[in-house]
Amino acid sequence: MSIAPAEYTSLESAGPRNEEYLWTLNFGPQHPATHTTLRLVLKLEGERVVDAMPEMGYLHSGFEKIGEHLTFNQYVTVTDRMNYISPVANNVAWHHAVETLLGIELTPRCTYIRTIVAELARISDHLLCNGAVGLDTGAFTFFLYAFYQREVIYDILETLCGARFTNSYTRVGGVSQDFTPLVIEKIRAFLKTFPKTLDDMERLLTRNRIFVDRTKGVGVLTKEEAINRGATGPVARASGVTRDLRKDEPYLAYADLDFNVACASAGDCYARYLVRMQEMRESLKIVQQALDRLPDGPVNVGIDQRTALPTKQQVYSTIEGTISHFELSMANRGFEVPFEESYAAIEAPNGELGFYLVGDGDDTAYRARCRPPSVLHFALFPHLIRGHTLSDVVAVLGSLNIIAAELDR
Amino acid sequence: MFVSKLDELANWCRKNSLWPMPFATACCGIELMATGASKHDLARFGAEVFRFSPRQCDLMIVAGRVVMKMLPVLQRIWLQMHEPKWVISMGACASTGGVFDTYAVVQGIDRFIPVDMYVPGCPPRPEQLIQAIIDLQDKIQREGTITGREFDTAERQRKKRALVEATLPLTIDAARNPVLQRELAAAADAAART
Amino acid sequence: MPITQPPVDAVIQALTAAVRPCDVSVFRGQTRVVVPVERALDAFRHLAGAGFDLLVDVTCVDYLDYRGAKQRYGLVYVLVNTVTNERLTVRVFADDPDPTVPSVTSIWRAADWLEREVWDLFGVRFEGHPDLRRLVMPEVFTAHPLRKDYPLQGRGERHNFPVLTRDDG
Repeated sequence: MSIAPAEYTSLESAGPRNEEYLWTLNFGPQHPATHTTLRLVLKLEGERVVDAMPEMGYLHSGFEKIGEHLTFNQYVTVTDRMNYISPVANNVAWHHAVETLLGIELTPRCTYIRTIVAELARISDHLLCNGAVGLDTGAFTFFLYAFYQREVIYDILETLCGARFTNSYTRVGGVSQDFTPLVIEKIRAFLKTFPKTLDDMERLLTRNRIFVDRTKGVGVLTKEEAINRGATGPVARASGVTRDLRKDEPYLAYADLDFNVACASAGDCYARYLVRMQEMRESLKIVQQALDRLPDGPVNVGIDQRTALPTKQQVYSTIEGTISHFELSMANRGFEVPFEESYAAIEAPNGELGFYLVGDGDDTAYRARCRPPSVLHFALFPHLIRGHTLSDVVAVLGSLNIIAAELDR
Repeated sequence: MFVSKLDELANWCRKNSLWPMPFATACCGIELMATGASKHDLARFGAEVFRFSPRQCDLMIVAGRVVMKMLPVLQRIWLQMHEPKWVISMGACASTGGVFDTYAVVQGIDRFIPVDMYVPGCPPRPEQLIQAIIDLQDKIQREGTITGREFDTAERQRKKRALVEATLPLTIDAARNPVLQRELAAAADAAART
Repeated sequence: MPITQPPVDAVIQALTAAVRPCDVSVFRGQTRVVVPVERALDAFRHLAGAGFDLLVDVTCVDYLDYRGAKQRYGLVYVLVNTVTNERLTVRVFADDPDPTVPSVTSIWRAADWLEREVWDLFGVRFEGHPDLRRLVMPEVFTAHPLRKDYPLQGRGERHNFPVLTRDDG
């Protein structure tokens, strides 16, 4: 397959121009600043980017096709590998969608636990995104600070469920492991130490002249464009869109918790960086409150709902437990899935992460569509980069936080 | 005698100054970054000089699944690297396709390029990757020659390839591709039945 | 936990008056409305005018052997009103051969890549799309892999590459 730039007529390419002075630069798919596998074909006039043609699909692995062949509980392992810098958030999103389709009401403890892990995932996602923006604009130390804190979060999740990275933490109607005192202790320690590091990080970069010069006014997205082009999450909020599903369509335990939605109006790379920094602080607030109010009680839904595996105690000592365990373990005896379809989304670190599920009575989905925020953000790219210089490409790309596995699926 | 000592010296130099080329496509790439970052610190093993240009590297770390659209890119980058060069296939996806047994994912990069070291895990922990690099260093020390003769194995390779080709679909020509033919036949069969 | 959503009755009534959609249903608090394909563009224009400014998702379902399905391809448009936070799912159906629906890129720019993806994976053509090319699969690919009659492991395309040996390097 040749790497030839394809002819591209973008939606808003300005009329005929003198093409003789333009030259074409191929950027990616294997390039350090793309972080993952995406490709840009840039049309340059000197150092100025006249047009960009983004291309994706270099990591398309057929996630949605696998979703039609794995059961609702099995597929959670695949969602881990979707937005792999915050896997737990994907787990939560997937089972949120499954439970919406099946009509399952979670236990209060489960909603709080899922809220906590989802917010930890948000912190770790924003750490990597901002760290990578720092790295791309020349701030390597900042990146190391961010990565060190990610290791702490990895450690918490490893204590929680045994895997540091691909957690597969949620289950239909519950989670795989309850919080242990050690986990709570580790999260509390993190809550205590992390704000200090966050302060350090802000001191390193937020008023750093080089960083500010390279990101301020670069890649401006207006509010109208953000909505019309389908931006969500921090990218939209940096442009003044106040939409945040945690507030607008409260799911899990967010309705009970007190937090602010971080917004900015400038819509440039710097605003996106600031929004992410602020969101980390808000996430800390959420985790703190949720941990303080963590309800007691069972973490999985009861036997009567026939979705979560009963505990060993129940299996060995009650007939309902034994039957439920048997039925759930048998092929074709699992869940009762309606012949219906539903869409449910959560506010993932990157934006609205939703799943459109079609049930056909079987405990595998008939269709498992993932609505990834990255696709729409990557489609924004030509719009944001036009007129800027070549060196701004990495800043814009970093601030959009495009994760190829989520982009291509 | 002198040459063998010189070999040893060259190998010692090579093994302790591996310049990896991170071919990071997916999840494993993040663990690869973690390996290079503060806590695990690959610099302790003399392999932290990540260079993103294949011309400057001698160790390619393929981290993450490689799909149909990416494989030609991988092959081109491998061709661009200078000898002596080594390849680590990091993670289940790069080694075997992992959980992604789907239409788009290449079922193991070793079907299409030579691989020296496989790291299991999904994704492997940074410690595992570090162990793989140490093992590769051992291998370089043991087998390396100053002229790079360890790669003059055309004859050996051809024998091995002949063995593999008997079982694997490796021809680009669809008519000579046994698996493609088999799957096409199966698809036609299924279509006929429905 | 089901999503709590404000009712969109008024919107539906106005839409019915404007373009006569054929079927409205509610499941888990989510309102779905089926719009006939020939009036789809009018319906979308009407909805955009009624405040549904954010197009969240465009996707497709292949109802090849689904119980009670009349047409093979069911397009799904998830719309959101960012002021009132109402959600509405619009369905448009198309059928073999040559399934075609109107493109909504002129209303929501967000549809550009989403429609390209549907074309790529399902082979549903979007009339009026400015640049309908494959999005994720290589240009040389011929099948539409998310169709139900395409096998999970593919048809051997993934094995179809030249092999490099040490000799080549």
